[in-house]
Amino acid sequence: MQAGQNLMARWKTLSKCVCDGAKLMVGQGDYAAYAEHVRRTHPDRQPMSELEFFRNRENARFGVGNTSGFRCC
Amino acid sequence: MGAISKHGPWALVGALGAAALSIVAIERGEAVNALWLVVAAVCVYLIAYRYYAKFIADKVMRLDAKRETPAVRHNDGLDYVPTNKSVLFGHHFAAIAGAGPLVGPVLAAQMGYLPGMLWILAGVVLAGAVQDFMVLFISMRRDGRSLGELIRSELGTIPGIIALFGTFLIMVILLAVLALIVVKALAESPWGTFTVMMTIPIAMLMGVYTRYIRPGKIGEVSIIGFLLLMAAIVGGGSVAAHPVWGPAFTFTGTQLCWLLIGYGFVASILPVWLLLAPRDYLSTFLKIGTIVGLALGIAVVAPHMQMPAMTKFVDGTGPVWSGQLFPFLFITIACGSVSGFHALISSGTTPKLIANEMDARFIGYGGMLMESFVAIMALVSACVIDPGVYFTMNSPAALLGTTPETAAAAVTKLGFAISPETITQTAQDVGEHTIISRAGGAPTLAVGMAHIISSAIGGKAMMAFWYHFAILFEALFILTAVDAGTRACRFMVQDLVGLAVPAFKETASWGPSIVATAIAVGAWGYFLYQGVTDPLGGINTLWPLFGISNQMLAAVALTLCTVVIFKMKRERYAFVTIIPTIWLCICTLTAGWQKIFSADPRIGFLAHADRYATALAEGKVLPPAKNADQMAQIIFNDRIDAVLAAMFIGLVLAIAAFGILSCLKALRASSWTALESDPRAVPAE
Repeated sequence: MQAGQNLMARWKTLSKCVCDGAKLMVGQGDYAAYAEHVRRTHPDRQPMSELEFFRNRENARFGVGNTSGFRCC
Repeated sequence: MGAISKHGPWALVGALGAAALSIVAIERGEAVNALWLVVAAVCVYLIAYRYYAKFIADKVMRLDAKRETPAVRHNDGLDYVPTNKSVLFGHHFAAIAGAGPLVGPVLAAQMGYLPGMLWILAGVVLAGAVQDFMVLFISMRRDGRSLGELIRSELGTIPGIIALFGTFLIMVILLAVLALIVVKALAESPWGTFTVMMTIPIAMLMGVYTRYIRPGKIGEVSIIGFLLLMAAIVGGGSVAAHPVWGPAFTFTGTQLCWLLIGYGFVASILPVWLLLAPRDYLSTFLKIGTIVGLALGIAVVAPHMQMPAMTKFVDGTGPVWSGQLFPFLFITIACGSVSGFHALISSGTTPKLIANEMDARFIGYGGMLMESFVAIMALVSACVIDPGVYFTMNSPAALLGTTPETAAAAVTKLGFAISPETITQTAQDVGEHTIISRAGGAPTLAVGMAHIISSAIGGKAMMAFWYHFAILFEALFILTAVDAGTRACRFMVQDLVGLAVPAFKETASWGPSIVATAIAVGAWGYFLYQGVTDPLGGINTLWPLFGISNQMLAAVALTLCTVVIFKMKRERYAFVTIIPTIWLCICTLTAGWQKIFSADPRIGFLAHADRYATALAEGKVLPPAKNADQMAQIIFNDRIDAVLAAMFIGLVLAIAAFGILSCLKALRASSWTALESDPRAVPAE
């Protein structure tokens, strides 16, 4: 039982790591971490919604004046 | 006892690596199994990571686990976020991996696999990974600033401007050569052209989906896109065989060149969510998946190397590209062992996401080792196919003619026996009209990958599918790079022109945007057109220029690293960056000099221009020119290329001179003069 739970927990950690990694590869950071950060450090501010965050990151990657989406050879 | 348990296992790894290397290098007369190359490479990487990277981290950089990184200090949840080490490794690797390490080793294979393999391994350990790691460290200690800003602040304003201008030139050449690879892969190939064209409506569909139907759902939209792509590959076979649609999707190189130029212009003005971002998902995930798949394929199939360890072409008489082993092998392999472009990535988003300084070794040095491993796999793919097929695919049409009979005779004369039937059969197997003179690396790599993967899955019946899968995978991320790169060039142009005409900087208004985009597209389009119409096949001209510019940027980045080491008063360890800097300078300067002044018209731009000029003066027309105007165009192109090579030489000399001056100044200073952000300890939880 204990071992089973342990395995489940490990699987969850691993799959979160893979998902986060895949998202970050295309410039999408961790929304939960962002929302948590804003709540903790700026309790007076309303964090962006998940969709606003997504568009913000899309623009940050390819938007005006930004070259971070540029790939190398 | 302690020393044995600490170093003992590593000694075994070293011994295994040495044994594998000696099998690869010494065995003659019998085909070597590709797995020995893989084992040798992995052992070299492990030892280098354990000892050399650790030495750099501990002694040269003195990484400090307790010191705040930019991600911790400026944490905003957006650009600066402390990120899990493995997640960040994936991000960094996806950003540095591209077409370079796949194409360079394929072209280098004309000298046999051994010279290429040795430079891929030595280069990455001593130069490439050191550069990526050092630049990451320098940027991380300076709030994640970019390479241009770092050069300006540590070396001075003028070197900063020189480096920025150089980056622009390099980008133009890079985009041209990438686009040329796509043109070479798709010319006269209706199947390939159809599947690659289908990626545009598929990406737009995905864009609309993520924008309006299910916003932000990257995972599911990528799966939908992937399935549609696979359907496009399967459908492409029927389209190519169709009596009407087949010819409709068959284009010559010149037609594809104009299509790509038009595409680049339109794609870089469209909103990012519609085309660029969704295609970025597809190309990134497909790239990582295919690399993993290729690694598994090599491990399962364990193919044998068909190419000799060394061919007679080390003397510089090879048909694929001209020039002797030194310096042109080093210029040709480029990204798989050291790539200046990585300095832009290592000073881009990655340093802003590092959670702890100690992670930098894994991400910077480790990420580049991984890229080098991709280069080794590309080399394996090119060398497991019949060398006769390799030279048929990569030699220029001027040498081979256009029929299987003339090509087989020419390649057999080169010393690699092949029959016309084998050429026809290989083309049929991969579902193409012809495989003659398909230089550019991508088709060869695709044949190699199809050979390996179809041995594991699907057999010969699936070979055409895997071939077009491989072509699609390369074309997809090259198109993404062309699109994103044109955008980046456009902003650079707007910045540069904006210095004189401030209104031009307005990135939101249409006039300047369109003009700047046209300038950017025109710049790389010019070199692309020149490459497509080049008598020697284009790659022969553009790839060395690209290699020189890329290695030169690496020399600039390593000069910056050397200056910073001197400014930190750790000059006794400066050999870590000085040795690769000097080597890269020697390679780029020699290659640049030979490209301009070599008396051999196959190598020297001016000699080539003179040959055409002499013929023109005598009223003769040399192929592929058909009239005097085209002759004049070739002469003009050669001279432009010579000027470009001269600019690269000037740039590297200027930065080296500024670097030496800065080092001497730092040496005379009595204390630390590097400009790091104030060290602050990580706050206690």
